[in-house]
Amino acid sequence: MTDRFPGYDVLAKRRTPSWNEPTRQVVNRRLAVPREPRFLTSDLFVVLDAVCQRIVPQPKDRPPVPLAALVDTKLFTNLQDGFRYAEMPDQGEAWRRGLAALDEAANTHYQLGFAKLGGEQQDDVLRRMESGELAGGALGDMPAKLFFEHRVVLDIVTFYYANPTAWSEMGYGGPASPRGYVRIGLDRRDPWEAAEAYEGDDAKARRENGFVG
Amino acid sequence: MSADPFLADPFVEPRAINGRAPDVFKPGAWLEMSQYDDNDEVDFVVVGTGAGGGPLIARLAEQGFSVVGFDAGAYFRPLEDFASDEIEQQKLYWLDERIIDGANPIRMGGKNSGKAVGGSTVHFAMVSLRFRPEWFKSRSQLGYGADWPLDWREMWDYYRRAEKALSISGPVNYPWGPHRPRYPYRAHELNGAAEILARGAEAMGYKWTATPLATVSAPHGDSPPCVYRGFCRFGCSTNAKQSQLVTFIPRGIAAGAEIRDLAMVGRIDTGPDGRATGVHYHRQGRWRFQKARNIIVAGYAIETPRLLLASANDRYPDGLANSSGLVGKNLMTQANQAVFGVMDQEVRWNKGPPSLSITEHWNYNDNKDFHGGYCWMAQGPLPVEWASIVTGSRKRWGAPLREEMMRYNHQVGLKMVGEMLPDERNRVTLTDEVDQYGLRIPRITYSWGENDKALIQHALGEMHRSMELVGAKDIFRQEDDTNHLAGTAKMGSDARDSVVNADCRSWDIPNLWICDGSIFPTTGGVNPSLTITAISLRTADRIKALANRGEL
Ligand SMILES: Cc1cc2nc3c(=O)[nH]c(=O)nc-3n(C[C@H](O)[C@H](O)[C@H](O)COP(=O)(O)OP(=O)(O)OC[C@H]3O[C@@H](n4cnc5c(N)ncnc54)[C@H](O)[C@@H]3O)c2cc1C
Ligand code: SF4
Repeated sequence: MTDRFPGYDVLAKRRTPSWNEPTRQVVNRRLAVPREPRFLTSDLFVVLDAVCQRIVPQPKDRPPVPLAALVDTKLFTNLQDGFRYAEMPDQGEAWRRGLAALDEAANTHYQLGFAKLGGEQQDDVLRRMESGELAGGALGDMPAKLFFEHRVVLDIVTFYYANPTAWSEMGYGGPASPRGYVRIGLDRRDPWEAAEAYEGDDAKARRENGFVG
Repeated sequence: MSADPFLADPFVEPRAINGRAPDVFKPGAWLEMSQYDDNDEVDFVVVGTGAGGGPLIARLAEQGFSVVGFDAGAYFRPLEDFASDEIEQQKLYWLDERIIDGANPIRMGGKNSGKAVGGSTVHFAMVSLRFRPEWFKSRSQLGYGADWPLDWREMWDYYRRAEKALSISGPVNYPWGPHRPRYPYRAHELNGAAEILARGAEAMGYKWTATPLATVSAPHGDSPPCVYRGFCRFGCSTNAKQSQLVTFIPRGIAAGAEIRDLAMVGRIDTGPDGRATGVHYHRQGRWRFQKARNIIVAGYAIETPRLLLASANDRYPDGLANSSGLVGKNLMTQANQAVFGVMDQEVRWNKGPPSLSITEHWNYNDNKDFHGGYCWMAQGPLPVEWASIVTGSRKRWGAPLREEMMRYNHQVGLKMVGEMLPDERNRVTLTDEVDQYGLRIPRITYSWGENDKALIQHALGEMHRSMELVGAKDIFRQEDDTNHLAGTAKMGSDARDSVVNADCRSWDIPNLWICDGSIFPTTGGVNPSLTITAISLRTADRIKALANRGEL
């Protein structure tokens, strides 16, 4: 994947008027989340970690986001969504059953635990869950498709896109308070926003991104 | 909740207590506030401090009544508590568990329910629109839904007052409907996403306009002008947004109302004469009872019927105000489908309030083969929400998801707000599971009707065409989204088929009132809050008139 915003780091704005104190604290807390599981067993946590790597394969050149730890923390603190599908158990139970089911399916199809499979094989097992092919076993009466769409993808993706690493790679301005934006029309960029590299002008974007702050 | 690293301190102890409440405009400052005893029989208890409750709290207090406003949510200080962060700010939402089912379950939480002093207006998108006049009589004039017992000309006057009180920024001339006075504040500048809506509408031959918004375009009182940071749906950290929290609530406190935050009302009692006597509420770890002469329920379309149903007793075995059997029924959400695409230009749609331009073309054009109307607006989802749309609608994950997310600054979209029709099968009931207060959890059942589906398909086709006409590429549709809520305690002119009358007074219990989004008989094709606020202002005037005549 090519870097469309070379040299852009949203954290360069941390000490500028774009970040108020509550935002600095929130992001600090998120980056400092304990890396050990507090809700899942260590066996299931290993599966979760492997799932996270397939759902959001992370860039090599930016700080990694501790996705499994963030999902585990969501379960540990029981930060809820505000609703539950009638056919789904609560989120903690759903994750426990779902991860066990992925391990089960990995064993059935490849005679290995999910975390030990190669990437292609892991994707194959995940696709079986996504399509609803998996049923029963550790899942119990939980619909595989709903678990995949609503828990696996949403929980993991949500935490990835709530992190500076993701904001930087997508050229998103990030936190913006009290300083918001001034140039808001089409094709306008404030100097504290990411510059995109268009064909051949990598160096120009990199230079401009060096001034972001 | 205090141990939760994602949530911070306004949840630990109530802030509106001991005769003072937070001054939201000054860090660390307080307002003096009246404080009533549980045994004082106050004139009005208002349950809920949002678009419906807020104006009533202020206006009733200003008219000399003793008023206590309860909210289950926290009393935020936006300048100190609000981060620019999509996850942290979930603290503004009603996240308690609700069970959803039906053919088209409504996803609850941030999309439609707030839990804070100020209600959902603390994180609403500020779009402040008037109903089309005919919608107040959609049964007799347009042939669907139900008639409201309200006259649009009277509503036009209350809309004007609501717009004044909320300092709405909007265009000089509004292109649709009967004349309305110019908005109190000038319209906001268009952002890239709003410009593209305008180009698309013009290419289709449709009118468009800058959207009337409840965020100030110039200073007002202690509110600075909007700084176009674009986190509106996650709370406005500058106080530019004219939510209830910074408008009617401080007004109410200044006029002598008391606000109780972190105070969940679980039950309304009735006395031997069948009248309501007060509310049981949970605060600071224990249940208490506040006596009152009148109770106004304003908890929105899920919590309002939940409270009425949960208050069932020997005299009212089906719940309070429910002789019609309609409490909880006719729940309506609004269609919120969207069409997205990619532009060559940099749009950077996250800058500014998300919906800076609008076309109401299909609200005012009846040349279509389904009932109801819809509008569409420019969009600017932030990364977490955008990722959920891309995964939900395009089934992306893995490398293709990241690749697609990198086009964020070029992305553009149109999102509808569409009228869904009332249907008694869409409803709120109680389950046997209980929540953290020991109260029964609601079940929300929802299925789209044939008319709803036809309206959605029509809108998707139109928005798609508009995206093509502006040259957007890789266009896709988000087909499943819904937003605002309405119904479940319908207003009407006949006790047999409605819950409250035109004054928001319940037919069954004369000192029990309901005044929030749940009284809507139909929901119209625009966002609901300005209509809720206008009705709330009207109800306050009606209460005063009734009191003067000794008819409370
Ligand atoms: C993300 C989002 C964006 C929106 N954007 C717009 C927009 O742009 N324009 C628009 O017009 N509308 C918008 N809306 C909708 C609008 O906010 C609501 O329609 C409106 O606020 C509803 O008013 P209400 O008074 O009925 O309820 P709310 O404003 O939701 O207030 C209800 C309050 O009651 C409290 N409560 C409920 N039950 C109890 C109880 N038992 N005890 C104590 N307290 C209780 C809740 O905590 C809550 O604070 C949006 C909503 C959301 C969620
Ligand atoms: S864009 Fe304006 S209204 Fe929205 S959060 Fe920012 S300052 Fe508040």
